[in-house]
Amino acid sequence: MTYLGNVYKSRHPTRPAHLSYHFGGHSMRKLFPFLSIPLGLFLGMMLSACGGGSEKNDTPTGNNDTKAMESIGKGEGKISIIAWAGYIERGETDKNYDWVTSFEKESGCKVAVKTAATSDEMVTLMNQGGFDIVTASGDASMRLIRGGMVQPININLIKDWGSVDSRLQNAAWHTVDGVHYGVPYQWGSNVLMYNTNVFKTAPTSWDVVFKEMVLPDGKSNKGRVQAFDGPIYIADAALYLKHHQPALGIQDPYELTQAQFDAAIALLKGQRVLVNKYWHDAMVQMDDFKTEGVVATGSWPFQVNGLIAAKATVGSVIPIEGATGWADTSMMHAKAPNPNCAYMWLNHSLNKKLQGDLAAWFGSVPAVPDACNNNALLGAEGCKTNGIQNFDKIHFWKTPDCPNGKCIPYSEWTKQYLAVMASKS
Amino acid sequence: MIRRFSTYLYNHPGVLLALLLGPPLGWMLVIYLGSLAALLFQSFYYLDGFTGQVVREFSFLTYRDLFSAAHMTIVLKTVVMALSVTIGSVLIAFPLAYYSVRYAGKRLKVLLYFAVLLPLWSSYIIRVYAWKLMLAKEGIVSWFFAQLGLSGVLEWLLSMPIVGGASLSVSNFGLFLVFTYIWLPYMILPIQASLERIPHSLLDASGDLGARPLQTFRRIVLPLALPGVVAGSIFTFSLTLGDYIIPSIIGDSTPFIGMAVYSYQGTAGNLPLAAAFTVLPMVMMVFYLLGARKAGAFDAL
Repeated sequence: MTYLGNVYKSRHPTRPAHLSYHFGGHSMRKLFPFLSIPLGLFLGMMLSACGGGSEKNDTPTGNNDTKAMESIGKGEGKISIIAWAGYIERGETDKNYDWVTSFEKESGCKVAVKTAATSDEMVTLMNQGGFDIVTASGDASMRLIRGGMVQPININLIKDWGSVDSRLQNAAWHTVDGVHYGVPYQWGSNVLMYNTNVFKTAPTSWDVVFKEMVLPDGKSNKGRVQAFDGPIYIADAALYLKHHQPALGIQDPYELTQAQFDAAIALLKGQRVLVNKYWHDAMVQMDDFKTEGVVATGSWPFQVNGLIAAKATVGSVIPIEGATGWADTSMMHAKAPNPNCAYMWLNHSLNKKLQGDLAAWFGSVPAVPDACNNNALLGAEGCKTNGIQNFDKIHFWKTPDCPNGKCIPYSEWTKQYLAVMASKS
Repeated sequence: MIRRFSTYLYNHPGVLLALLLGPPLGWMLVIYLGSLAALLFQSFYYLDGFTGQVVREFSFLTYRDLFSAAHMTIVLKTVVMALSVTIGSVLIAFPLAYYSVRYAGKRLKVLLYFAVLLPLWSSYIIRVYAWKLMLAKEGIVSWFFAQLGLSGVLEWLLSMPIVGGASLSVSNFGLFLVFTYIWLPYMILPIQASLERIPHSLLDASGDLGARPLQTFRRIVLPLALPGVVAGSIFTFSLTLGDYIIPSIIGDSTPFIGMAVYSYQGTAGNLPLAAAFTVLPMVMMVFYLLGARKAGAFDAL
């Protein structure tokens, strides 16, 4: 899903000076007897690592032996959360946006936040352990459940559960066999963002990014559109085909047969020549709209709001084919060190004010529809601006769940999407 | 006690050596080479396509995958870019290094040295992003071309099949420019070091024996400076080969080896394939280094 900051940590290129050892064959030979000590140690380590490594991956169907908690006890005094940048604000950037301080005061749980930039980073951090809560998107949640990294949630202990959008309560990306593995947090849709100078009326179809065509300003769309830099975008192509090639029989754009998958990949390879660059950084995409002559692209309300605020000529629409979107869920680590504080946070996360403030801050839609009303920061139209009315047109991100080979697994998505991106020049 | 210990060490120099060198060598072997070996092991596992789980059994499946056409396109593109960047860097670095060694006065030399190193003090990411804005369609470079009435030249360059693109910042040529800019200091410094080592007397002798300047350069300077060039090329080649940040910010998003590794180790959880992808540049670099050693590159470091 969304990473608003920069994905990459700064790195320090190795200075030449560090490499300037002199490797002489002569001195190495002399030293050989002493090398054997650490070498033996090292080989021993390797062998034990290989022998003991297999148990971790032997649970493909998920770890269901963790029981949900029965009651919330006394707080442990602290809680550790993995979140998208901007998801857990304590008023440090803008003091109006603070939903942590009050929680700390009421519950006595000191909040520590670890921001993650990608879904993969979240999964990796969860695998390392030591965290209580993660705000997982649909393309990570199923991996966490299948990997046994998160524990079932006893919704009886979540007092505001009833206020959650009923359409999200049993969503497939956090519910397995009727067991809930998380509490919905926020959602949003991907939209078709376009330049209003080029499109006097909003485009009605994703055609403008998938097919080579002459745009209303008389020039080709070649080199002026963008696509998302992530294999999950294959679902967007599948969604387009679902509408335009009904003969393929696509039901769910995330669960594709080989033939459907191949058709989507073919469409994306055709799109490759039109795309000037695949986007993954929201800020960079906003720059590209301003300085690179990009006129149409799949995007998030966040960028649309940001560009409109910067007086750029953009609009957004959900075309007739529908759109993909993301829905994030607060999930609790299977071995959460602070389970009571975790449940207190889960309860707090559905707080009306938090939900509304967060939606205003992030450009998302609250999981609690009531939060759209009477929120000063969000305003009367805030939820509408962020796309709450589009719920039924959205096919939410999820990892293809294909244990029996009934559909193309996600590893294949990655491989083929890389091939799509490599297919030009 | 201490005296006996020191006597013992004096009589057994081997033990002393082991005590002194053991820890750093152990670190080198376990942490550094160990992780490389772990990588190699990983690359012989494979991913079960249906369950998405890594199967920890020895197999060549991953390598068969690696040598598929799509993956080879990525490797080829990366290698061609690494070679072009290396050649480009040599062409820019050599005259600069030569000038600063042979012609620049003491103060100018320090100034030049400083100018070469200065960019390394600021964040690499910031410099790459700055380039992205400069090369943008409506960026300062196109503006400059337009002011000079040379927009046609830029358009002609961008319309070329492989190097071109919708704008400089998304073209392969732009990518080449940024790579060359970022790694240039690593080429200049070793060349400068090797040029400094050429005794002036050799050049004088060459002149005395009737060689014209160009001949002296070709027959004396170039062969003696070659180790420096090769040493520099090790940096520019290997750094370009492994980088994944520059091609994800500049260029048209066609993946490089580093980006392929990044996406396979992440989203797909396909560690074996990521490892195999990493092994490839390592093998290439081993051969490159062997060749470089033959050319005497390590004497110029």
